[in-house]
Amino acid sequence: MAPPETTLDPAAEPAKLPERDEAPSMMTGATTVEDAAAPHSILDDNSPRAPKSPGEIFRVFTRLALQGFGGVLPIAQRELVERERWLTREQFLELLAVAQVLPGPNVVNLSLMFGDRAFGWRGGLAALGGMILAPWCVVMVLAVGYAHYAQHPVVAGALRGMGAVAAGLILSTGLKLVPALRRNVLGAPAAMVLAVLTFAGIALLRVPLFWMLAGLGGLACVTAWRRLAP
Amino acid sequence: MTPAVTVPVASGDWGAIFAQYLLLSLLSIGGAIGTAPEMHRFLVEQHHWMTNEQFSASVAIAQAAPGPNLLFVAVLGWGLGGLFGMCVTMTGILLPSTTLTLAAARWGEARRSTRGVQAFVMGMAPLTVGLVVSTGYILGMPSYGNPWLLATMVLTVAVCLRVKLSPLWLIAAGGLVGAFLA
Repeated sequence: MAPPETTLDPAAEPAKLPERDEAPSMMTGATTVEDAAAPHSILDDNSPRAPKSPGEIFRVFTRLALQGFGGVLPIAQRELVERERWLTREQFLELLAVAQVLPGPNVVNLSLMFGDRAFGWRGGLAALGGMILAPWCVVMVLAVGYAHYAQHPVVAGALRGMGAVAAGLILSTGLKLVPALRRNVLGAPAAMVLAVLTFAGIALLRVPLFWMLAGLGGLACVTAWRRLAP
Repeated sequence: MTPAVTVPVASGDWGAIFAQYLLLSLLSIGGAIGTAPEMHRFLVEQHHWMTNEQFSASVAIAQAAPGPNLLFVAVLGWGLGGLFGMCVTMTGILLPSTTLTLAAARWGEARRSTRGVQAFVMGMAPLTVGLVVSTGYILGMPSYGNPWLLATMVLTVAVCLRVKLSPLWLIAAGGLVGAFLA
């Protein structure tokens, strides 16, 4: 099953694969040869296979979205690279790298870009729809149930317990991102200070996100830009 | 636990909610969950449209379901105003980032290794970490007053940092603990 952190990729490592429980053992034999030969562009004619229609994209993305509990990205990688072979591992990583730079959920951006490359905007919508429509229906059923039974003491108690676990899951996701800051061009101490200041500003002082990103984020980006000077 | 008093969403508020989610879509640099503290600030602290508990429960429900984490936005929308609220928040959070991705993906692809893009990625990475930790802290708010819930939260962190376990099992266990406490 997918670890929860994979939906929240450390932006510090744009080309890092989500951690997986199982080794990528399917990536052997002819696939490896094809991967090695694949040039560094996204979804070109050398892709191992190609989706036949937006409908097929919709079906495959629905299937992979419904398997992703706590993170769809590792499932997307397994289904698109190993099962369907619509992308090589390198192409997947490149799509992910671009998806991380753009605002919005990474896995949603990745789906859109994949579909768009294959069939233009119709493909993009098919991938996006496949990624969110079926899970949306599941979530809606749960939300209706919650609204209906929220006043029931046992249900309310169960949800408090689930909320505590959800908080712990996301907290651990954040803590697992900390080691990646060591490789940040800003330097580990400065990156840690920025992370702590963000926490203090957002969680404790409740500074609006826009000002935090524009102020502290702007400062961090300018500093990183200077450090990256050739 | 007595239900906390919340203010119902007035029909004139939907424009502000939609605008807020449009903005958050463009600010979601570390994934949608990093914008949860801002949603909490807006929905719970500023407007009292939902309680801490409802907010945390909404995210927990989305985490127990398959699919992208983004769908917690749908559950929050449902809490604000049913199907209509759900469509307002989901459209708001998806429209700008989706449009930008379709428009700028090729541009970003060609420039992803340039100094400017690298500086953006490197500069924003520490803030992303701070935002995700903030989300965890804020979702824990209903648990801090109850030693059992706090212990559940701490234990979840300890387990997650050591072993890989599907979040589904952990959330189910948390539900059992909470039901037992009730």
